[in-house]
Amino acid sequence: MMDGSKGFQDAETGEQQIRNFNINFGPQHPAAHGVLRLVLELDGEIVERCDPHIGLLHRGTEKLMESRTYLQNLPYFDRLDYVGTMNQEHAWCLVIEKLCKVEVPRRAQLIRVLYCEIGRILNHLLNVTTQAMDVGALTPPLWGFEEREKLMIFYERACGARLHAAYFRPGGVHQDLPPQLLDDIETWCGEFPAVLDDIDGLLTENRVFKQRNVDIGVVTEEEILEWGYSGVMVRGSGLAWDLRRAQPYECYDEFDFQIPVGKNGDCYDRYLVRMAEMRESVKIMLQAIEKLRAPDAQGDVMARGKLSPPKRGDMKTSMEALIHHFKLYTEGFHVPEGEAYAAVEAPKGEFGVYLVSDGTNKPYRAKLRAPGYLHLQSMDHVASGHQLADVAAIIGTMDIVFGEVDR
Amino acid sequence: MADETLKELGALIEAKQSDVVVGWEVAFGELNVTVRPEALPAFVEFLKTDRGCRFSTLVDVTAVDYPEREERFDVVYHFLSMYQNHRIRVKAAVDEGDMVPSIVAVYPAANWFEREIFDMFGIIFKGHPDLRRILTDYGFRGHPLRKDFPTTGFTEVRYDEVEKRVVYEPVSLVQEYRQFDFMSPWEGAEYLLPGDEKADGGKA
Repeated sequence: MMDGSKGFQDAETGEQQIRNFNINFGPQHPAAHGVLRLVLELDGEIVERCDPHIGLLHRGTEKLMESRTYLQNLPYFDRLDYVGTMNQEHAWCLVIEKLCKVEVPRRAQLIRVLYCEIGRILNHLLNVTTQAMDVGALTPPLWGFEEREKLMIFYERACGARLHAAYFRPGGVHQDLPPQLLDDIETWCGEFPAVLDDIDGLLTENRVFKQRNVDIGVVTEEEILEWGYSGVMVRGSGLAWDLRRAQPYECYDEFDFQIPVGKNGDCYDRYLVRMAEMRESVKIMLQAIEKLRAPDAQGDVMARGKLSPPKRGDMKTSMEALIHHFKLYTEGFHVPEGEAYAAVEAPKGEFGVYLVSDGTNKPYRAKLRAPGYLHLQSMDHVASGHQLADVAAIIGTMDIVFGEVDR
Repeated sequence: MADETLKELGALIEAKQSDVVVGWEVAFGELNVTVRPEALPAFVEFLKTDRGCRFSTLVDVTAVDYPEREERFDVVYHFLSMYQNHRIRVKAAVDEGDMVPSIVAVYPAANWFEREIFDMFGIIFKGHPDLRRILTDYGFRGHPLRKDFPTTGFTEVRYDEVEKRVVYEPVSLVQEYRQFDFMSPWEGAEYLLPGDEKADGGKA
């Protein structure tokens, strides 16, 4: 019956037996970027309806957080969007600092900015190159991952872990950076634009890449507002909306950087925006290194107090410091009663944390607002009317990682 | 954002929607407005279209469970205005059986958020086009983010080599779920430590 041959009488009735076809895209599909199951209703090769089934990577993070202390919850943020990990830790630290009214030392702020931008480049490198792979290019991921490897070594040298950093802590960052590391990051910043030029030369004017991306998944200003987009999904359509500029957190207002915007709001423009953002991130990183070397940025990397552990040296000599250390890592610190929302411009868009505190050592409720959740939600809207092959390009350009969508 | 501007905005919203707004405050540099749940779609429409508000983007919808309260849940909405560059939090208290009017018609982005709240808290949204579970397993029972739902859940899954399929079984823990009580006794613990009852000469 599938091809309409059985019971075929004449041309007219045969025509009537053509029906829409439902297929499962995923959960195990290389272009699904993880565990996405899309139920697609196809009319020939045209997508009529697209129903994403998510939750295959749901780990109940929000529930688990309610029974752990604030500090124990920090590593969960690495496991949300596992591509740009420190950016999310940042949101968690900011919301706690907001409720506790803690001022972060300047050196810690600069280190946070530096590592957030490294995270942004890590994310965009992965996204741009794997999106290219989804539409048929094999070389870009190989080149991009080489640079990602170098950046992950910078992660490792700062905190000991390549991906799941747990480096940003409420009140600052865990440890100071050695001067040699700053020099090495600076050297890398000098070399990276050339690599970016290579990837640029490989993709930007590539005929196949353009055929697969130009005018695909066009997003208008109205759709941005309706579907609650953020990040590159907004900037690709010409709105210069960036939380680093619009609602500056940390010390981003001191930095000189441009906000690249697209014009047509299609997959290709979003690719261009991501490429330009990486160049801007390098600029921010160089400025941050410059500022970190300045005399006013020397000093502690933690707001010493209830939130942060005492120095190792103090623990050897002071009984109070030892008690404080023990209490901090068992009971944890208490966050004043209240509720707050803090958002950062994560590489994928606005990542926010809504925290309800009841004054104890554990969050009463923490809601993680992931940008990819809203982007994927509009999949039906954006992909309808496109070809089946474009679905892969659109998932790629929406920059979806299931760690954060499913939580 | 300056607290003064937020206070002006809060006063403006209260003046224009006095029959809906229950209360508002500015805390931690954020504007909180509490409204009556049945008026939500109209109020949200007002926030979106009013020239002084222009809350163009729905940032987040979530719920908080307070089991000891009369009206058990708070449904919490976050909005952002990309034009005026300000944020607002709207809260509405609802009871367990209550239906909350859906705002999908005003903000299509609310679709999955409302599905998630239904999944996690069991709050039903009236007028939602497709209120299915979203994050939990197919055929899941219960609402995990309610405070009376255990963190370990009720069922666990494993692959059965004999039946050649995934089977569901009641949770069996080899070790008790570790939930330590770190509250210091001198910071207001409300229980008696063993032996404390003797302190009052055995009367307490």
